[in-house]
Amino acid sequence: MMKNNAMINRYRWWEVVLMYCGIALFLFFILAPFIEGFLVSLKPLGLLFSTPYKFIPENGSFTAYRTMWESVPGFGRYIFNSFFISTVITLVVLLLVVPASYAFARIEFKNAGYLLGAFLAVNMFSGAVLLIPLFRLMRTYGLLNTYWAMIVPGVAFLIPTAIWLLQTYMRRIPRELDEAAYVDGAGHFYIMRRVILPLAMPGIIVVAITTFIGAYAQQFIFALTFNSKTEFMPLPIGLFAYFGRQEVIWNELMAASFVGIAPAMILIFALQRYLVAGLTAGAVKQ
Amino acid sequence: MPGQKTAVLFAWLLLLPAVLYVAAIVAYPLVDTFYLSFTDASLRKTTNWIGWANYEKIFDAEFATIIIRTFVWTFLSVSLKMIIGTSGALLLNAALPGRAVFRILTMPPWIVPMAIGIFMWGWMYNGQFGMISGLLQRFGLSDGPVAFLAYGSSAFWATIVTDVWIGVPMVTMYMLAAIQAVPQDLNEAAWVDGASRFYRLRRITLPMIFPAAITMSMISLISTFNSFDIIWILTQGGPSGATTTMIIDTYSTAIGSKKFGEGAARAVIICLFLSAFAILYFRAVTKLSNRMAT
Repeated sequence: MMKNNAMINRYRWWEVVLMYCGIALFLFFILAPFIEGFLVSLKPLGLLFSTPYKFIPENGSFTAYRTMWESVPGFGRYIFNSFFISTVITLVVLLLVVPASYAFARIEFKNAGYLLGAFLAVNMFSGAVLLIPLFRLMRTYGLLNTYWAMIVPGVAFLIPTAIWLLQTYMRRIPRELDEAAYVDGAGHFYIMRRVILPLAMPGIIVVAITTFIGAYAQQFIFALTFNSKTEFMPLPIGLFAYFGRQEVIWNELMAASFVGIAPAMILIFALQRYLVAGLTAGAVKQ
Repeated sequence: MPGQKTAVLFAWLLLLPAVLYVAAIVAYPLVDTFYLSFTDASLRKTTNWIGWANYEKIFDAEFATIIIRTFVWTFLSVSLKMIIGTSGALLLNAALPGRAVFRILTMPPWIVPMAIGIFMWGWMYNGQFGMISGLLQRFGLSDGPVAFLAYGSSAFWATIVTDVWIGVPMVTMYMLAAIQAVPQDLNEAAWVDGASRFYRLRRITLPMIFPAAITMSMISLISTFNSFDIIWILTQGGPSGATTTMIIDTYSTAIGSKKFGEGAARAVIICLFLSAFAILYFRAVTKLSNRMAT
């Protein structure tokens, strides 16, 4: 069988060339903005607007990575805010989702399917559709222009995916474990805390990572609408204000963007195995 | 198992925080949107019930154009995402050296803050110094600079391309998972019978991943229909409304002009379309799973 497998995957030389060309084209589409952004961040501002267009910068330097800290005064603060908001969102999501997923995965109760469906239906509505009532709600409770204005709605829209991922994971833990613990006289809460949750730890970590990345990647509409205070702005909004100016200092904007996405990139490379497993879990039932 | 009655009680206790949270932050606002769509709500303290007036006001030729534009935009974007994403998945599935690295390199648009990826596209579309315009001139395909975001039709396509770029990694990873789940013995049996690689792709792989493709396009349809960040950052719906989709239109009415009541009516129309998509999605999924069972 091994030999069989090797044979079936043997390509002719032109097939290999064709496939590598396809992959190169595909990856170029995916990575072009990053390549271009990086090259722009290296170019001195004066040379950015030179014609004809040059792909590779002459006299490239990392100056913009230094000067941006002065041109964007709140830059450090924006990055901190992004991290702070994402961390709090992740903690709140876990607090809500871990018990709920346990209930869906390990306990049989009436209408569980409908309730899970209702949670998943939340994914249908983007924040944009609910902005008006959310705005009024925030205003009533005095949450506008605080961190909570971004955290509270952020949590709600990350709950469905988190529940789905975690309950799928928890279902795979064998039933016999609960039964054995029950026979030994353990109560519901004890079984959850001492038997199932420790075993579900890898799944909980995957959910925490994907939630954090989701929270970090999707900071825009709520921050744009519910907060106007510079000191609470997350990075995307902080840079958006900078992007909208008359004279955009492009090389610094790109440098700032790269520093801003660095944490996400490091996370991907460090955790990519868990990530792919987490993002596609439950995607295909076989 | 532990006593059934206390188990159910325990389950509801565990679910309560999440249920209350979603009820307060999603379900209540949803109901409130419907209520507000029948009022003249604005920043003023008082709101009056005005019946169907908002709906009578919004249904004009312009709104019809916006709806059609939204559907065209969504359709083009979802189709391109599916075609490019599935092709990417097929290529990344090939047993070639380096595929592990290629798979990681596919992820960035999905993972980085969306707004930042869009800033980079904003630069690429720039007429004077952007990459696309620059390369077009280099290769003699264009005489002068092309400012993609300055003209209606090119801005329309530019926002679609950026939306496709953000959506492709998810489609690729999902379809890759589907391709890997195709039973290998089917492929081997066909191979033993002398079926060519192209024949196996057409008669085995593609039919086997079809259900996953339908599911993915429905998920993609809903998120694309809701797409806001890309258009707002690149064009804010312009130039002269050429990229104004229903979401952008609702946002400008509600948040830009602070017409909460009218904005809510526009949001309700979006919700109706989204519900129709959801029904379509569930019917497709049940139909497919029934077909798989037989």
